[in-house]
Amino acid sequence: MAKIQTLKQGDGSPNKGRRDFIVVASYAMAGIGLASVAWPLIDQMNPAADTLALASIEVDISKIEMGQSITVKWRGKPVFIRHRTETEITSAQSVQLSDLKDPQTDDERVTNPQFLVMLGVCTHLGCVPLGQKSGDVKGEYDGWFCPCHGSHYDSSGRIRKGPAPLNLEIPPYQFASDAVIKIG
Amino acid sequence: MSADKFSNPVVRWIDHRLPIFTFMDHELNEYPTPKNLNYFWNFGSLAGISLVIMIVTGIVLAMSYTPHVDYAFQSVERIMRDVNHGWLLRYIHMNGASFFFIVVFIHIFRGLYYGSYKAPRELLWILGVLILLLMMATAFMGYVLPWGQMSFWGATVITNLFSAIPLVGDSIVTLLWGGFSVDNPTLNRFFALHYLMPFLIVGVVILHLVALHRFGSNNPIGIDPSGPQDTVPFHPYYTIKDFFGLSIFLTLFAAAIFFFPNFMGHPDNYIPANPMQTPAHIVPEWYFLPFYAILRAVPDKLGGVVAMFGAIAVLFILPWLDRSPIRSGNFRPIFRIFFWVFVVDCIALGYLGGMPAEGIYVVLSRVATAWYFLHFLAILPLLSVIETPRPLPQSLSKSVLGGNAMAGVASAVKEKVR
Repeated sequence: MAKIQTLKQGDGSPNKGRRDFIVVASYAMAGIGLASVAWPLIDQMNPAADTLALASIEVDISKIEMGQSITVKWRGKPVFIRHRTETEITSAQSVQLSDLKDPQTDDERVTNPQFLVMLGVCTHLGCVPLGQKSGDVKGEYDGWFCPCHGSHYDSSGRIRKGPAPLNLEIPPYQFASDAVIKIG
Repeated sequence: MSADKFSNPVVRWIDHRLPIFTFMDHELNEYPTPKNLNYFWNFGSLAGISLVIMIVTGIVLAMSYTPHVDYAFQSVERIMRDVNHGWLLRYIHMNGASFFFIVVFIHIFRGLYYGSYKAPRELLWILGVLILLLMMATAFMGYVLPWGQMSFWGATVITNLFSAIPLVGDSIVTLLWGGFSVDNPTLNRFFALHYLMPFLIVGVVILHLVALHRFGSNNPIGIDPSGPQDTVPFHPYYTIKDFFGLSIFLTLFAAAIFFFPNFMGHPDNYIPANPMQTPAHIVPEWYFLPFYAILRAVPDKLGGVVAMFGAIAVLFILPWLDRSPIRSGNFRPIFRIFFWVFVVDCIALGYLGGMPAEGIYVVLSRVATAWYFLHFLAILPLLSVIETPRPLPQSLSKSVLGGNAMAGVASAVKEKVR
């Protein structure tokens, strides 16, 4: 054992510095090697090319009557598209920013005020809020209500009451024409 | 070793309660190892590392694989094309199987030549043969998973081997299939078992290591170390040597993965499984070819299956077939010749297994098969009686350093360093 420790520590050897350099260089090489082997093993869990290829969809919104909502699937999540009534638009636009937990004007959340497009995923812990169907509970602010932990969203999808920290997220989308929107 | 061998107080605290550091120090650091081991002794650690590589890549591949007849082939192609680094992981796993067998075969022939199966290492050897059997089962089931033509027909042929068993054969095959042909239930259970068996192998490997460390490694001379002057601590001497061997192994492995990844595979397995049509030439993976040749050499269904399994079974009783007290082939002039004939015989069986079962190949397969069993059942027992071994050296040191004077110098040097 004494012999090994002598070799390891290199004390008493005239080449102590050189030996330490070799040891450090060897460990460094081994570390780089291990890291470069570990990366593919971890990165394979990220979305694959075919998953990324499905990242955008087109939706025809011309058939949605005023006051009606549809839910479409985008990246495995529900997207709420609501053709809002005049009352809803007015009430969404008239809210004071100071009343909001996550202050955002209605204009910032829509491209065309008639159509509200947002992810139907509660910003608390990921449940799908109620309010899409006519018979659903719409919460205290006439928008959406998450049954899991009681978050209330208004007609602009903004959080008004409950544990959720943020407004319902707006996905990237654009109007491909008056009748078609492209999400993603 | 006293209690103060670890300077780190946390390590000391843990070690007092859970002596894992003492264990590692004892088995991996100070573990006394014969000082004359040659490079053939690298293949044990290489086999262990191969097993780890296979388990790690296998677990990540399973994250993207679908064990269903309608999706399995596509999911493998998706791994190759779409999953990040999927091609690399699959090629490592695919070639890893071949390299694992290369390493293990060399490891086994090392044991055969140097008599590593002899007393007191019989159980060590038997556990090793058990690992080989488990590896073969695992490799076979893994080859079925991509659900290509070779997967499907390999599964059909190998499972049908069991139909050779009298009376209950057909029921057993139905049980293995979970139906009346190789189909979705078969694929599902093969996936489940392919995931399970490597961990069984790990368990047997641990027993293999416990048995190994009981008496330590055999060595090229085949005599026991007579004292500390005949051994060196495992670390740093053999850790460094194992790492050097590993770097060469990994270089060759990487060359296969990056430059000829499909060399050891069969192109027909890139055709999706078709239960309606058998490929013209169906062959197993190369590492099964010698056993496949033995199976085909016997012109009887049950006989062929018995011979094939017998080729492995005979290894289990090898310690009692070769009764010669001399371990190393270096000191057995006649054994040495027959050993190399046996190596050639095994390679010939591998070649013949890949050839069509017709004409001269059938005759040669029968000769080679007969020789395989003759070697174990007649030649080895006979040699133990009639062979006169060459004189053994008195100690490992003498064989390494040649003579008393040098051995004296060596121990003097050792004394001085202490």
